[in-house]
Amino acid sequence: MKWKSRVFGPVLAAGLVFSLSPALAETVLRVKPSGDVKVLDPTIAADSIARNFGYMIYDTLFAVDESLTVQPQMVESWSTSEDGKLWTFTLREGLAFSDGAPVTSADVIASLERWAKADAMGQALSARGAVWTQVDDRTFTLGLDRPWGLVLEALGKPGAPVPFILPARVIAAAAADQPVTDQTGSGPFVFVKEAWIPGSKLVFTKNPNYVPRAEPASGLAGGKVAKVDRVEWLILPDQQTALDALKQGELDIAEDIPTDLIPLAQMSPDVVISNQDEIGVAQQMRLNSLVPPFDNPKVRQAALLATNPQDYLDAMASGDDSLAKICRSFYVCSSPVYTEAGFPAPDLEQAKALLQEAGYDGTPVVILNAAENAQINPASLVAEQQLEAVGFTVDVQAMDWATVVTRRTSKEPVSNGGWSIFISGPGGLDFMVPNSHLGLRSNCEGAWFGWPCDATIETLREAYGEAPDLTARQQIAEEVQAKALETVPYVPLIVQYQIRAARSDLQGILATPAPVYWNIGRE
Amino acid sequence: MAASSLPPQVSAAPDLFPPVKRRHPWVALARRHPSIVIGGGLLLVIVVMAVAAQWLGTVDPNAIAPAKRNRAPSAEFWFGTDALGRDLYSRVLYGAQVSLMVGVAVAVCATILGLATGLVAGAVRALDAPIMRIMDGLMSIPPILLAVALMALMRGSVLNVILAISIAEFPRMSRLVRGLVLSIREQPYVDGAIVAGTALPMVIWRHILPNTLGPVIVQSTYICSAAMITEAALSFIGAGTPPSVPSWGTVMSEGRALWQIKPHMIFFPAVFLSLTVLAVNILGDGLRDAFDPRAGKRG
Amino acid sequence: MLTFVLRRLLTTIPVMIFVALFVFSLLYLAPGDPAALIAGDQATPEQIEAMRRSLGLDQPFLVRFWNWSWQVVQGDLGTSIFSNLPVTTLIAQRLEPTLSLMLLTVALSVLIAVPMGVLAGARQGGWIDRAVMAMAVMGFSVPVFVIGYLLAYVFSVRLNLLPVQGYTPLAEGFRPFLANLILPAVALSGVYIALIARITRTAMIDVLSQDYIRTARAKGLGTMQVLFLHALKNAAVPIVTVIGVGIALLIGGAVVTETVFAIPGIGRLVVDAILRRDYPVIQGVILMFSLTYVLINLLIDLSYTILDPRVRY
Repeated sequence: MKWKSRVFGPVLAAGLVFSLSPALAETVLRVKPSGDVKVLDPTIAADSIARNFGYMIYDTLFAVDESLTVQPQMVESWSTSEDGKLWTFTLREGLAFSDGAPVTSADVIASLERWAKADAMGQALSARGAVWTQVDDRTFTLGLDRPWGLVLEALGKPGAPVPFILPARVIAAAAADQPVTDQTGSGPFVFVKEAWIPGSKLVFTKNPNYVPRAEPASGLAGGKVAKVDRVEWLILPDQQTALDALKQGELDIAEDIPTDLIPLAQMSPDVVISNQDEIGVAQQMRLNSLVPPFDNPKVRQAALLATNPQDYLDAMASGDDSLAKICRSFYVCSSPVYTEAGFPAPDLEQAKALLQEAGYDGTPVVILNAAENAQINPASLVAEQQLEAVGFTVDVQAMDWATVVTRRTSKEPVSNGGWSIFISGPGGLDFMVPNSHLGLRSNCEGAWFGWPCDATIETLREAYGEAPDLTARQQIAEEVQAKALETVPYVPLIVQYQIRAARSDLQGILATPAPVYWNIGRE
Repeated sequence: MAASSLPPQVSAAPDLFPPVKRRHPWVALARRHPSIVIGGGLLLVIVVMAVAAQWLGTVDPNAIAPAKRNRAPSAEFWFGTDALGRDLYSRVLYGAQVSLMVGVAVAVCATILGLATGLVAGAVRALDAPIMRIMDGLMSIPPILLAVALMALMRGSVLNVILAISIAEFPRMSRLVRGLVLSIREQPYVDGAIVAGTALPMVIWRHILPNTLGPVIVQSTYICSAAMITEAALSFIGAGTPPSVPSWGTVMSEGRALWQIKPHMIFFPAVFLSLTVLAVNILGDGLRDAFDPRAGKRG
Repeated sequence: MLTFVLRRLLTTIPVMIFVALFVFSLLYLAPGDPAALIAGDQATPEQIEAMRRSLGLDQPFLVRFWNWSWQVVQGDLGTSIFSNLPVTTLIAQRLEPTLSLMLLTVALSVLIAVPMGVLAGARQGGWIDRAVMAMAVMGFSVPVFVIGYLLAYVFSVRLNLLPVQGYTPLAEGFRPFLANLILPAVALSGVYIALIARITRTAMIDVLSQDYIRTARAKGLGTMQVLFLHALKNAAVPIVTVIGVGIALLIGGAVVTETVFAIPGIGRLVVDAILRRDYPVIQGVILMFSLTYVLINLLIDLSYTILDPRVRY
């Protein structure tokens, strides 16, 4: 057999090998994003992949730098009145959309008003009577009923939906609650719609009209200089294939590779592995507070005590603590107000006692398991094992993600198609501070699925936005946590970093809460 | 039972055994149709293994042990462990139950559905066209896509996988039966029975059904093996049996992330799946030759 | 002949209506809501409800089926709920990769399987026959994705001969086109080769027992001449039939192959659409699949008149 391969090997190679180096002089960056961009509108689709798409083609008034401090981006200067109720902003000179039209105050106001309807922080602004007024083409004001300490945090927020600036004409052309149909933006790249193959490929080219800031790039702030002519997002449905393509140089960056594949990626000298950012996603077990058995806070507390995060770390992140962290808190580890105050260690005996005290009658805990998901499936199985260990009856139901997101809207009891638990890992940005905290929101019907209801937490959330300094904020954060340990709207599992695999010759990859593709070039 | 495992040469060694006038029926079968014995024997071994899984040194196939992840095959874990630390030997053995059940149940369901619709279509002229149009419609949707769509409709469970693949597979059986019925109808004795006034259901029961059984059984073995492969493909695209009921397909698709460095995760379930499908196919070929003497002749 | 074609085309209409209704009601009953997916993981129930209304998903079944059917009759397959692009555009974008993959697979399979089947059938029970049958059974027995991974590992990762994934349109050159397609086609052809080889073998055994073959042999024609000229021609009808029946099988295999090799084809389009409940896309593609299937089988029926002079329509 050996002679055969020696004879035919070169022949085959000569006949079939083909050159990967592009004949064109233009530089291309090929990227596998973390998922497919399903809807080309980061305001309507509040998911992270649509947001990442938004950062390619749109710009923002403010943005967070690498230390998560808010910095001006499209804004040149701003000021606040003494009573804190009137804000005045001036745009940088020379800002233009990719079609050549200048960016004006009217575009900004139309975009922010649309965003404010979709976003929790935007709604908080509206609740303070936010009124946007155009002064001239580059200047506009924000009027409020009462001062709010988080105006810049809201305008520079990196979590979806981000307040991106779209042309006013595009917003006017779209129906209410419908995605925009025109992707003209003022960001560093332009979306090439003609080359779009939904589910397979998105193409962006450098925006010739973009004027970057003079500062060096830092996080999502600073000068967004596009160092390649073209960025292609390739949707590769199979992760194994994506990694092989990366090793072979057919791909430059693969976002969010599964932890299972990391050892394989590390075997290649041409591939480097890094954390996408230091915030990570907040893997959690969301409990349905409306229906039995979790309608009883004692039963929810039992679930918290039954949970040993180490098993989740092992199952979801190969036990590697550089890939994930255990944060014994309702806040992610990188939160400015991170606290472990009052957070209990796993205690099976106490969990069993609480269940008995609550008179748990064996009502099954229904876990909605998105079985094809490499994170959710193992987590659901660990949850099943841990909850059964303290005496819960558990029913893990396998389904696809589309069914999970539909089933979880049900408020029916579990015997009637309802649910008790789903596992999800929303971006850690929404788990940093009480007032923009997705999981702790406890305004009953308006809260995230599971519908926790607690007036104290809601009041504290409100107070957080008005708190004068970090000490006061820390104090409130601890009070919120103490209350949440009683109501247990969800069980925090681990904070998991999204892992990026990239070709080793790339330079200038930024550690950002959203993966971005400016500033990246080759050696 | 024991005789079936004897190699056919035994009968050719008369000096060891007293000469026999009539060969043992198993030996005779083995001589005439070696495929049936080889395929059937292999299948029997796998079935016994699946049924006796719990006495063959297995542990709970779903017990996760995150601390013992990704172990290579060893004395403790014969086939190694998977990414959640589950014992692959146990998962493969218990997986046999699920895969075989899917295969056999689909074969049975598809055969019953196919026989019912095919007999009616072949025997009742007025219903022939509508039934066959529906079968055409179902056949024109690729089985995997139909199964994926049905899996989206219904919760992931073994029963639903069986149902989905059966619906995708039975139209072929229906067409086969209809064709057989139409040709049998032309036979003089069937014609005679109809002319003599025998009720149609009775004609079907007495004359038509028995004559279709041979090809139908052969076809159902192919459906059985196709169903096991389809189930694996469904698992691969994320629409197979639920993780709590591991089939070989589920085990394989769970192991595929690491297969380049931990090939055992795919190797063992793949070998078992392939061997089983192989056994069923060989058995099917043997049965076909047995039922259709013409195909068994040397050409 | 013409009336036959027309009659056949007419009978496909009820088939298509059945497929449409079946697929539509299947999806209508399926849980999973595109509105909840569009709105994203962090959307509130109110936002999802608003999205449902704006997409028209709150309308009753019959209204939606009627609207959709009326569109289809007018040649409009609708627009994707997610990408907002016309379904016809989405299909057109992905037609070439799938078509190329399938044609290459069929060509490869026929070239390999028919000679295999002929030789196996010629000496039934001989070692060629046993080897071919063993290979055929193996082809049936190994899942496509296992073959796909192995091929990619050996030829791309280890030997560095071929790209791992992707698709290059034919317009950009034949060599890169082939380089991208050859592994997927080989992986996909396994089952198909098995299927065709078996049928060819059976058909050959059948034909070879006929009198005219004995006559041809008696006339002193060479074995190869007898096998490939006389016998194969007469065995062609079942072979061609199985190629047609196998198309549905091939489309199913293409879904998996397109996933493994990241080929932007129709199979992947429809699986993604099912996972997202993008109803217009699923309906459009399945309708197109069944139309293709029906037309291919019509072509095959017509080819009988050429292959077998006794057949007339």
